[in-house]
Amino acid sequence: MIPFLALVAGVVLGLVVEPTVPSALQPYLPIAVVAALDAVFGAVRAQLDGIFDDRVFVVSFVSNVLVAALVVFLGDQLGVGGQLSTGVVVVLGIRIFSNAAAIRRHLFKA
Amino acid sequence: MSTREPADGAPQRPAPGRGRLARLLRPRLRRVDLLIAALLLVLGFAAVVQVRSTQEDGVLASARQEDLVRILDDLSSRSERLRQEVTTLTGTRERLLSDDGSAAALDEARRRTEVLGVLAGTVPARGPGVRLTVDDPEGDVRAEVLLDALQELRDAGAEAVELQGRGGDAVRVLAGTSLQDAEGGVLVDGVVLSAPYVFVALGDSSTLSSALGIPGGVLDTVEAAGGAGRVEEGEDLRVGALRPLEEPRYARPVPD
Repeated sequence: MIPFLALVAGVVLGLVVEPTVPSALQPYLPIAVVAALDAVFGAVRAQLDGIFDDRVFVVSFVSNVLVAALVVFLGDQLGVGGQLSTGVVVVLGIRIFSNAAAIRRHLFKA
Repeated sequence: MSTREPADGAPQRPAPGRGRLARLLRPRLRRVDLLIAALLLVLGFAAVVQVRSTQEDGVLASARQEDLVRILDDLSSRSERLRQEVTTLTGTRERLLSDDGSAAALDEARRRTEVLGVLAGTVPARGPGVRLTVDDPEGDVRAEVLLDALQELRDAGAEAVELQGRGGDAVRVLAGTSLQDAEGGVLVDGVVLSAPYVFVALGDSSTLSSALGIPGGVLDTVEAAGGAGRVEEGEDLRVGALRPLEEPRYARPVPD
């Protein structure tokens, strides 16, 4: 319950504060958000599978975000930032879809 | 869909998955839970911030560096093109506006065209002048008499001259016009005109008529040659015979 409330609180906080993204973070923020969403979907699926582990979730959340940002950063340095960003988004998108499918099977048996 | 949350936490009807989801929803307060909550808070915050910045700043803010460089290149080359176009158009505008010279030059050119057209016989002309009729019942008036009359008209300042023969034949008389005796009349620039001959000359009518009428002048010469001359002044005479404009084949204008 608390994580959902925290998520909603974060959304409300973002709407209220209206911060601007620092330009140094601008390439990484969208990728980081997608990576974090992947971790969250994975966590929900793990919970439904009964194998959810707090520590794993925290570590995977943080590492997902960091690795995604690192890959994009490396891509920028190598001159293939745009392509690598697309690649990361595609991979994470596939994972999110498969996790969502697993969650759906758990919830609806279909 | 209703996710019912049983009070005792031991759901009977829901599937095991739903029970686990319900367990996830149940408040727990361990340190790691707070950590998870903090992470999700950050996630929600970041997602909203990202969405807002994407909406606000449009494409450019989220574009990558190389894309920005390309866009900038496109824009600068485009602006360069537009700047050149502005320069060209401004120059044109300057030329059209600044010197009323342009309009004045156009008017001047038009005026010169008309003047030269009158001189070259390519446009009709009208104005005050005289009409000199030379009757020649006997056929004794020769070309040189007419040439004298023409020279006199030119001396007196005739600006446009036309020589008419019988039946409405008319020739515009120019600087290079030649007069020759011919069978049945006078050959004027390749056209045979026969009596009576009529000169229509535009100029100061009183000067022209007095020049023709001086003693021993044109009229006397015509009478001596066996013809009869008659001068009428007119306020609005018309010289209507035209010449095609001939390009000089050899002479070229000297550039200023």
